[in-house]
Amino acid sequence: MVPISWYLVLSAVLFAIGVAGVLLRRNLIVMFMAIELMLNAVNLSFVAFARQLGNEDGQVIVFFVMAVAAAEAGVGLAIFIQLFRARETLNADEVTTLRW
Amino acid sequence: MNALVFLVLAALTIAAAVAVVTNRNPVYSALALVSTLALMSCFFVGLEAYLVWALQLVVYAGAIVVLFLFVIMLLNVQRDERALPGPGTVVAVAGGAGLLALGVALAAIRTPFAGMPAVGEGYGSPEHLAHRLFTDYLVPFEITSLLLLVAIVGAVVLGKRRI
Repeated sequence: MVPISWYLVLSAVLFAIGVAGVLLRRNLIVMFMAIELMLNAVNLSFVAFARQLGNEDGQVIVFFVMAVAAAEAGVGLAIFIQLFRARETLNADEVTTLRW
Repeated sequence: MNALVFLVLAALTIAAAVAVVTNRNPVYSALALVSTLALMSCFFVGLEAYLVWALQLVVYAGAIVVLFLFVIMLLNVQRDERALPGPGTVVAVAGGAGLLALGVALAAIRTPFAGMPAVGEGYGSPEHLAHRLFTDYLVPFEITSLLLLVAIVGAVVLGKRRI
């Protein structure tokens, strides 16, 4: 039986890879995929803790995280399509109108 | 879950996750994301979260990644030659992310967790989760349905050229 700490370490590594992806890549779609990676890493922690505590609350939270991620992906990708129509680019460095 | 199986799956998952971040072609990134999500679903089986396993494959690896691929192909995103910034930035960001992972990992390892308890019959089954969802978590559940409705309307409004 694998102890919970192994799952937490894996989750931390995957989350760090997601953070690095958001910081390194400038392609908006790839940045979005890195965010999905981070959400999934946290889901793994939730499920591991649910198993550790022997109840299912963590799994219910994962259900909500998935719903929020799906909503986020739908709206975010619609924004990217509009952005591409207006500016012909998906590079985060070229879309800086709202930067202060 | 067997320790050896865990280590092999973990190595594959991390390799797939790194491929998501480093691939120059967004289509390959999306395919690596499918592999990452499918491999992560194996850990959910190991943790006896069977409904979460099914949802992970259907909602994440199925619906969300297909949405990504649709948008990538619709927009005809080209290979990104300048995908990564200069080597100095890469080393700095990778070092920072590594420190983040190391800190959390150390905290997880040094915390004296008890062994995982045995769970009863039906743990993680749709029946159990549905019961929790429609009793203790009924209000968040209804708010989630509202959120999805708002997201649908928002995506349609954003996607149309003219309302």
